[in-house]
Amino acid sequence: MLTFLNHFINGISLGSIYAIIALGYTMVYGIAKMLNFAHGDVIMVGAYVCFFAVSTYNLPPIVGVLLAIVICTLLGVIIEGLAYKPLRQATSLAVLITAIGVSYFLQNAAQLLWTSNPKIFPNMFGGASIKLFGGELIIPVGTLVTIAACIVIMIGLTLFTNMTKMGKAMRACSEDKGAAQLMGINVNRTISVTFAIGAALAAIAGVLLCSAYPSLVPTTGSMPGIKAFTAAVFGGIGSIPGALLGGILLGIIEIFAGAYISTQLSNAIVFLVLILVLLIKPTGLLGKQIREKV
Amino acid sequence: MKKFVRIAALLMALLMALTCFTGCGKEEATAIKIGITGPLTGGAAIYGNAVNNAAKIAVEEINALGGIQFEFLCEDDVHDAEKAVNAYNTLKDWGMQVSLGSVTSAPGTATSAEANADHIFYLTPSASSTDVLGGVANAVTGAVDIARKDNVFQMCFMDPNQGEASAQYIYDQKLGAKIAVIYKNDDNYSTGIYNSFIAKATELNLNVVSTTTFTEDTKTDFSVQVAAAKDAGADLVFLPMYYESAALILTEANETGYAPKFFGVDGMDGILGLEGFDTTLAEGVMLLTPFNADAEDAKTKDFVAKYQEKYNEVPNQFAADAYDCIYAIYQALDEGEALKNEDGTYNYAISATDLCDMLIEEFTSADFTYSGLTGENMTWSAAGTVSKTPKGMVIQNGAYVGM
Amino acid sequence: MKKLNFKSSLDNWLTYAGVIIAFVVLQLLASAGGMSSALKGQLVPVCAYIVMALSLNLTVGVLGELSLGHAGFMSVGAFSGAVTAAALASAVPSAGLRLMIAMIVGAVFAALAGVLIGVPVLRLNGDYLAIVTLAFGEIIKSIVTNLYIGVDANGLHISFLKNTLQMEGGKMIMNGPMGVPANTKIATFLAGFILIMITLVIIFNLVKSRSGRAIMALRDNRIAAESVGINVTKYKLMAFVISAALAGAAGSLFGLSQNTIVATKFDFNTSILVLVFVVLGGLGRMWGSIIAAAALTILPELLREFSEYRMLIYAIVLILVMLATNNPTIKGFFAKIFKRKGAEE
Repeated sequence: MLTFLNHFINGISLGSIYAIIALGYTMVYGIAKMLNFAHGDVIMVGAYVCFFAVSTYNLPPIVGVLLAIVICTLLGVIIEGLAYKPLRQATSLAVLITAIGVSYFLQNAAQLLWTSNPKIFPNMFGGASIKLFGGELIIPVGTLVTIAACIVIMIGLTLFTNMTKMGKAMRACSEDKGAAQLMGINVNRTISVTFAIGAALAAIAGVLLCSAYPSLVPTTGSMPGIKAFTAAVFGGIGSIPGALLGGILLGIIEIFAGAYISTQLSNAIVFLVLILVLLIKPTGLLGKQIREKV
Repeated sequence: MKKFVRIAALLMALLMALTCFTGCGKEEATAIKIGITGPLTGGAAIYGNAVNNAAKIAVEEINALGGIQFEFLCEDDVHDAEKAVNAYNTLKDWGMQVSLGSVTSAPGTATSAEANADHIFYLTPSASSTDVLGGVANAVTGAVDIARKDNVFQMCFMDPNQGEASAQYIYDQKLGAKIAVIYKNDDNYSTGIYNSFIAKATELNLNVVSTTTFTEDTKTDFSVQVAAAKDAGADLVFLPMYYESAALILTEANETGYAPKFFGVDGMDGILGLEGFDTTLAEGVMLLTPFNADAEDAKTKDFVAKYQEKYNEVPNQFAADAYDCIYAIYQALDEGEALKNEDGTYNYAISATDLCDMLIEEFTSADFTYSGLTGENMTWSAAGTVSKTPKGMVIQNGAYVGM
Repeated sequence: MKKLNFKSSLDNWLTYAGVIIAFVVLQLLASAGGMSSALKGQLVPVCAYIVMALSLNLTVGVLGELSLGHAGFMSVGAFSGAVTAAALASAVPSAGLRLMIAMIVGAVFAALAGVLIGVPVLRLNGDYLAIVTLAFGEIIKSIVTNLYIGVDANGLHISFLKNTLQMEGGKMIMNGPMGVPANTKIATFLAGFILIMITLVIIFNLVKSRSGRAIMALRDNRIAAESVGINVTKYKLMAFVISAALAGAAGSLFGLSQNTIVATKFDFNTSILVLVFVVLGGLGRMWGSIIAAAALTILPELLREFSEYRMLIYAIVLILVMLATNNPTIKGFFAKIFKRKGAEE
């Protein structure tokens, strides 16, 4: 039972990280209708920035996190401005390939700058943990922070998209760009802001990801990126609660599949469940069924 | 019409590109050309770069002696068999006469087959899989799946030797009553060691209570594997893997309050130099390794100092093996007669196949022994394996201490 | 309409002619000894990648569905082909015949996988289909990584997850994560050329046929096509399965041109690589796929002298090309330059 609980907590922790990454994917997808494959690599950059701030320059962890957020947001805006903005009118496939180019670029630049030697990410929470059941169940503080961060971000984003002017503009753009423009919304700027938010989320996800799984290499972001993308689709891409649900379910499935079926097949099982869910609910768990107009 | 102009332009560009491939002039040979393929970019770049760096140091040192001159080139294979063959072919076009093969195993399996067909001498520093050598019986079925490639030799231990040696060592020293194994299932190196370890462990009646795996895609999260070992009550965890994964397992075990003994293989070497790693977690970790960067002998100290000065990091076992490869080839060429002209100069224009015959004979001859960073008086059998005994080391106060 | 038909068939004939000329030139160069080992070694893999690009172009360009798991079909073809070739090593002594059988087997297995995945998922649309194909590619990778196949006098032995083969002598063909460690390289440039030609014949004839027009109608407007009575599932599946079968044949060709193949070779990155060929070459434009596949496979090899900057340059080139071909301003800029040049001449 304790083992089960332990796996469950690990699953939620992993899922929360997927969820934060997936939120970034989903927001960008919802508005720009593009699969931003470079998202995972922004995560990696965020983790490196935080690593150097904390390990090399001995800054306090919170400064490291803030620095990562600032730099990633800037990076997100720069990438968007240089690579994606010129392609607003192009086909989604052209943007997809450009995003892949950006992803390759970030990975290879990171390797040149920081070498491919793995770095062990410092524990941002001082390695503290909570012991339950007479020390039988140990929950690292980092896990709790991860879960809390995920919930806070999700509530924050929901409020933001529902309450603020910018948030409403985002929703308008995701519904119908043409109409939004006619209503006086600056679509270009809205998309840029979305990218900035997505990149900031990626920075947070990067720090949390590497705190939980402390190996940092230039390809750190790619697999979590793909998994989070899967999570976003799983929950219904474009939907904020969907990303949360998808991420957490995916994390739990992955951990349980590894623990109770086979560690060799855990990835395969995750993807199999995804396929099954999409067959039953073709737009994901919480995705909106969009009626096609004739 | 415009479209056809465009096609024509593209085709022209392609043809021009192709001619770049072909236009290589012949120059006067002034050195023996040694080549290797290794991952200089991508996820496994750390190994390729270590080998490349160390081999360059060895070549520089040898050239400074004024005797036989070497030229060395490492081509990137991104740890991929297809790219490795491309890289190998590029090296052949460059005029490679002796090959150090490949740094990693899957590319090594491919390039050793190529080198065998071309009859180019092949001494790999670190591609430790049995598939590289050929002629080794499968640990499970007992059949020989690949015929022996007679020109291929290894500087590192062959994987099964390490697994067997580890099981034997654990048995002899009574290190663990309940043993857990975590290994990387999609990796030649890790699986090779695991298979022979488990075969030997069964033979010795060692009690293996938990076996879990991970893959390239899941190599960051070890919560399930560590929990499984913990639940099974294992007091010794065997980790046949490279150090960056091992470091994560140690961290995960520490966080969950699990403190068994950990036993590693030569891939564990390097764990103390890992940037950001809390080395106190590695206290008491045991490993079998032929090389120890903290050793006090002059050879090692000299090499480590040079490497640190040039590349600003502590060399690992890959680097040491590569350094030894170059020196072993140097020694074999120096002792042999085939390369020497009558006037004391060297016949650098010798063909790769002639050189291969000479080196095979030299390496397998009974009186050829080589002493380097990774062992004393090493010899090679016709099967391609090196004779050197792994040393048991334990990490104490952040340094290796012999067991 | 007539003019359009004429133009497209002219395009097709020029594509055939281009492939034949390229083959003859390269073959002559190779036999005259004027070709470097590096290029010689790449001839067959390039053919395989060209067929991969053509087959993916059928899915993405003609059918209009994004697939991110095309390497999965390549994997199925490569491994089933390699096992077939190894199992038949003594029964079929002729290497050419064995290669042909292996490619057919590879195509059949990949087609089966195509049906298996196509029937349920082709109901999905757009990016959902893309993610399912991605998932499918990853599942194939996991399965192949855990498959052990050996052959002895009693026939084939198969085990999953753990190597538990009980064999009398014989040899392992597939060794789980180690893939196929000892392939016999029987694929030839001629076979690669023939496969490209067959692929072109199949695709061009399909596109020109009634079915092909139905498929393209689905791409352009599914609802309209449905309303005139086109069977969506049937035609989608047809294109998808043909595409999978061709990818399987390409996989067999590729696998048998390598000394060793491992499952991780055919991962998401390989799928993306082929997708890049297709998009850069132009959707639905077969000659574009051929040139892009050849050029982009050889490009990283040509950039070798830049060593570790190579992939960075590759990434920048990729982004710039996408910007140059898709941004109206930059496109206009280039068009202007070329026009001016033309005028000066």
